[in-house]
Amino acid sequence: MSVCLAIPGRVVEVLDHANGLALIDVGGVRRTVNVGLLDAGTDELAGQWVLIHVGFALSRIDEREAMATLQLLQEMGADYEQELAQLRASAIE
Amino acid sequence: MRFADEFRDAALGRALCSEIRALVEPGRTYKLMEVCGGHTHSIYRYGIDGLLGDAVELVHGPGCPVCVLPMGRVDDGIALAGRPEVIFSCFGDVLRVPGSHGSLLDARARGADVRVVYSPLDALAIARQNPEREVVFFAIGFETTAPSTALTLKRAKAEGIANFSCLCNHVTIVPPLRALLDSPDLRLDGFIGPGHVSTVVGARPFQFIPAEYGRPLVISGFEPLDVLQSIHMLLAQLADGRCEVENQYSRVVAWDGNPRALEAMAEVFELREHFEWRGLGFISQSALKLSGAYAELDAERRYEIPGVSVADPKACQCGEVLKGVIKPWECKVFGTACTPERPIGTCMVSPEGACAAYYSYGRYARAGAHEPEVAV
Repeated sequence: MSVCLAIPGRVVEVLDHANGLALIDVGGVRRTVNVGLLDAGTDELAGQWVLIHVGFALSRIDEREAMATLQLLQEMGADYEQELAQLRASAIE
Repeated sequence: MRFADEFRDAALGRALCSEIRALVEPGRTYKLMEVCGGHTHSIYRYGIDGLLGDAVELVHGPGCPVCVLPMGRVDDGIALAGRPEVIFSCFGDVLRVPGSHGSLLDARARGADVRVVYSPLDALAIARQNPEREVVFFAIGFETTAPSTALTLKRAKAEGIANFSCLCNHVTIVPPLRALLDSPDLRLDGFIGPGHVSTVVGARPFQFIPAEYGRPLVISGFEPLDVLQSIHMLLAQLADGRCEVENQYSRVVAWDGNPRALEAMAEVFELREHFEWRGLGFISQSALKLSGAYAELDAERRYEIPGVSVADPKACQCGEVLKGVIKPWECKVFGTACTPERPIGTCMVSPEGACAAYYSYGRYARAGAHEPEVAV
């Protein structure tokens, strides 16, 4: 992974309220991400866009920001592909 | 991708560039440091440094966590990875960082159980699945990443996962900036402030830069137009005789940062008295270690760690690159003995490192002009 990279994803559903875990869709890849750093209650997160860094949602963003960031990342090519590949291998519990 | 267009509008970019040029005081030059490796990457990727005219120079800063990792800490990690009971886990970027006797990748080739994880929570999952082994997570990163390690350690403690520990190399962004401002090597006129770090720490910690050093800082997004707009805001401040912290990236960065992340960090970590940075030397109160409450999860307390400080290879000029004193292509080994495939220095390892970013993108723009100079 690239330590500086934060990638946008959309919260599909909250899986574990106690441990702050949610299922998030990142470019078609669905993985568990920790949402415990967000200031929102977990029940209001479904459908929200978030910026994800090393398996944690760092902040909520709007759709416009998410799309722009995704395009920037896609233009990075190999680095973004590698990040997605590592996300795919992630199995946060 | 209709939403992205407004961040990419070529006409807007050209207009910003001509406004930037119009703000330049005749005869004056401007040295602006982009602190974050993500910005360095954008600048080379989109050739932003070539759009600004001769008066504005962009200087790359120390904000790439892989780049500032000293050899001694890599050696400490390799020593732990060599223990038969240990599963050593780290981010992929760390694998190829050279220590004094090779990298973690070399250690893996010698039989060490070194595993790449996407998240510290993946390392914790490995610990749950392998109760008979000891899982060490090699934590690196600035305040962007430290809260994730903090939450992982909180979870490990709450669940009582005793076979998990953390070798903590987290660093903080303000002390190296202060060290750079105190350094006589470099006269900077302003800073393009880090985007993701500021998501966590907010804008407030940077206020000492205008207050004590009289330099402006603009927190910036990563789109090419974000970076151009931030440069414009810096030059406008300088032209107006203003000097403050401004937030160009307010659509993501809150002025006070992320309070939950800061709370988690305050609970789990405390400041080290000093920490060694590659190329920058020892900087006081510049890094984090596990607090007393998390001592049982601290790999430095659980294991004997060599803890030896190792000088960088003589040929390597990462220190000068990290301080912005030289450009990547001015290093003697750039692109010849030191490449992303076989890096000598850390700046060539991470895609956010100035040398790797320049190697991937910038050198084509300068091909011919500089390539003969980098031959060793």
